Amino acid sequence: MGALSDPFNPDQLLWEGCPCGLHASMREHQLASMGGSDPRFPDSRFYSIENNPPVKAAEESTYERTPDAVATSDAADELTWDDQDAVLARCVESAVMKGIFGTDMNRRNFLRAVGTSTALAAISQFIPLDKVKAAIVDAKGPLEKKKLNVGFVPITCATPIIMAHPMGFYKKYGLDVDIIKTAGWAVSRDKSLSGEYDAAHMLTPMPLAITVGAGSVAKPWTMPAVENINGQAITLHLKHKDKNDPKMWKGFKFAVPFEYSMHNFLLRYYVAEAGLDPDKDIQIRVLPPPEMVANLRADNVDGYLSPDPFNQRAVYDGVGFLHKLTKDIWPGHPCCAFAASKAFIDDNPNTFLALFKSILDATAFASDKANRKDISKAIAPKNYLNQPVTVLEQVLTGRYADGLGNVKNVPDRIDFDPFPYHSMAVWILTQMKRWGYVKGDIKYKDIAEQVYLATDAKAVMTEMKLGGPYGKPPESTYQKYTIMGKTFDPAKPEDYVNSFAIKRT
Amino acid sequence: MKASLRIRSIILSIVLFAAFIVVWQLYVQSQTGPAVNMDPEYAKLMGATAKGASAMPGPLEVGKAIWNHIINPFYDNGPNDKGIGIQLAYSLGRVMAGFLLAAVVAIPLGFLIGMSPVFQGALDPFVQILKPVSPLAWMPLALYTIKDSGLSSIFVIFICSIWPMLINTAFGVAGVRREWLNVARTLEVSPLRTAWKVILPAASPTILTGMRISIGIAWLVIVAAEMLVGGTGIGYFVWNEWNNLSITGVISAIFFIGVMGMLLDQILARASHAVAYAE
Repeated sequence: MGALSDPFNPDQLLWEGCPCGLHASMREHQLASMGGSDPRFPDSRFYSIENNPPVKAAEESTYERTPDAVATSDAADELTWDDQDAVLARCVESAVMKGIFGTDMNRRNFLRAVGTSTALAAISQFIPLDKVKAAIVDAKGPLEKKKLNVGFVPITCATPIIMAHPMGFYKKYGLDVDIIKTAGWAVSRDKSLSGEYDAAHMLTPMPLAITVGAGSVAKPWTMPAVENINGQAITLHLKHKDKNDPKMWKGFKFAVPFEYSMHNFLLRYYVAEAGLDPDKDIQIRVLPPPEMVANLRADNVDGYLSPDPFNQRAVYDGVGFLHKLTKDIWPGHPCCAFAASKAFIDDNPNTFLALFKSILDATAFASDKANRKDISKAIAPKNYLNQPVTVLEQVLTGRYADGLGNVKNVPDRIDFDPFPYHSMAVWILTQMKRWGYVKGDIKYKDIAEQVYLATDAKAVMTEMKLGGPYGKPPESTYQKYTIMGKTFDPAKPEDYVNSFAIKRT
Repeated sequence: MKASLRIRSIILSIVLFAAFIVVWQLYVQSQTGPAVNMDPEYAKLMGATAKGASAMPGPLEVGKAIWNHIINPFYDNGPNDKGIGIQLAYSLGRVMAGFLLAAVVAIPLGFLIGMSPVFQGALDPFVQILKPVSPLAWMPLALYTIKDSGLSSIFVIFICSIWPMLINTAFGVAGVRREWLNVARTLEVSPLRTAWKVILPAASPTILTGMRISIGIAWLVIVAAEMLVGGTGIGYFVWNEWNNLSITGVISAIFFIGVMGMLLDQILARASHAVAYAE
């Protein structure tokens, strides 16, 4: 009984007052129907009535339910005040029923007469209960815009953005999102700048580069969440099987997916640590990921540092082998980003919040390794990644063929931690400075804190109480990193840049 | 005599096609190696490579893929996966929009250039400089200024189909026989009526030739443009198959692009046949 009861159950009493609506309470109603005893006699034995079940026992109930109703009312059986969304949904149903029938008696008679499923169908014809519920539960404030276009480049880094579509995470927050496959990051950047995309999958350095106007028109951009950590690899042509030391790579031609990418910065870092100058001793060119495998097969490049599935795809197609996973260069490095323009967030705060929550929710789901096989199946079709499920499974579960005849088991080959640490932005800016992509003095901290929305992420994640290993936000938005034995202190970025022997400054 | 010539060329066509299929099949077979001996779990992770299969599909496989596209051309599995019929319709829509816009601009402008030597001299340098620019070179500029990828590809089609039509119209108009124009002048026909009743019929075979060249170029360019901007269209379809490294998908797309291009060309060939005249 009460606000949490299922309003579609004819055997439940819902509202204050009596079923016929003429009396202020159940007790007065009972007294009146029993022959008009005076309610002013508080000692009356009828006082106990309220404690007895006023209607016949649930076992005898003729209450029938549609599959939909089962879902809601099964939840109802365990409904507690902690589950605020469900409680809110229930209150909406109850309020709508009250508005229609006025009294409990009318409602129960109607439900008994026509059956719950017919009643549900009849009522939803006039009042779209689902939509009313979604609007109230998901938005708290009205959504400025429900139909959104989100761009993605078809790689496994975009897993949360993609899977949120087939697995219903956008819908859960009341959004109707079309996710649009994009040919590469330059196009993604242009379509984002032109406003064709409301938000997009980018590389973690891109929002920083767009904001400072490096390789782009300068426009304030933001990165509310990191899509994935780890999950990249250096793939070499099979003919280089024996060249396992980067010192032997002089004259190699490498490909990376974009200039402003972790791929470029990590490859440069890796070869520079081995004493090679990435601008003189090797050649690095930009290739869209799908073309990398074909170029490797045609011997146009010796290897690449690229996003999966194209590393695993080279193994699967028998042209290359995995030399090194990037997680062994920098464990937990950020890679791809969920990014939106500052203008979009300012103009559509509620929509943005709903979108942000659906991404965080999807990321938390993806971070649970038990879900990875289901995700592989969900994102493999042509509409999404358009890749064989076997390849995606090897990337996401970390049990993979390395191309040299070994089966490896690395569960954190790719992982999903949404938190956009400011220190990650500072590291990326140091590398942009190191390789000459930006010149002059950089206000590392200011740019990092303006673009990476770590403070907002912290607030939203705390409110959402997500599960998974990365569901809880960390205390500090700055961390120290150890990359190939060298420590990075975000408090001293300029010293870090100057500490490298090979650099362009 | 004429009939036997036709039969002979049909037979030769079939023989050439059969030879092509046989060579293709032989090539694929030569690429297929023996199954590699490896650990069963590793083999499972490696898929077809473990079986020594060739990366190049055989003619049968491609034929099956084409047939599957033909029997189900209009399915829609979301924004990134639509049937070949829908993709072709998108591309055709863009080509038509750009082409018609170009015709609306190019044909009147061509009349002006053809009829007036002053205009011809004035506009010639612009035409000469803009004509040889590859249409795709306009793409970044279009994306930046128009800020819409769909409209940008229409603009690229517009800019590539305008030149052949403009030049051919001007050439056809300038080449109308003096005598006919003189007759019109003696009869004191107004310039507009002369253009409509004398010059247009006389120049229309040349104009249609220009249009035929334009639509051919437009169909070539739309594939490239859609591969760049993505979203929808046959160019995007090719890119999506390429993204999956599916050679079968790419070959079937090539087939459909060819058939469609041939149809467009045939339609304009019919039209130019209709306006042709013997002097």
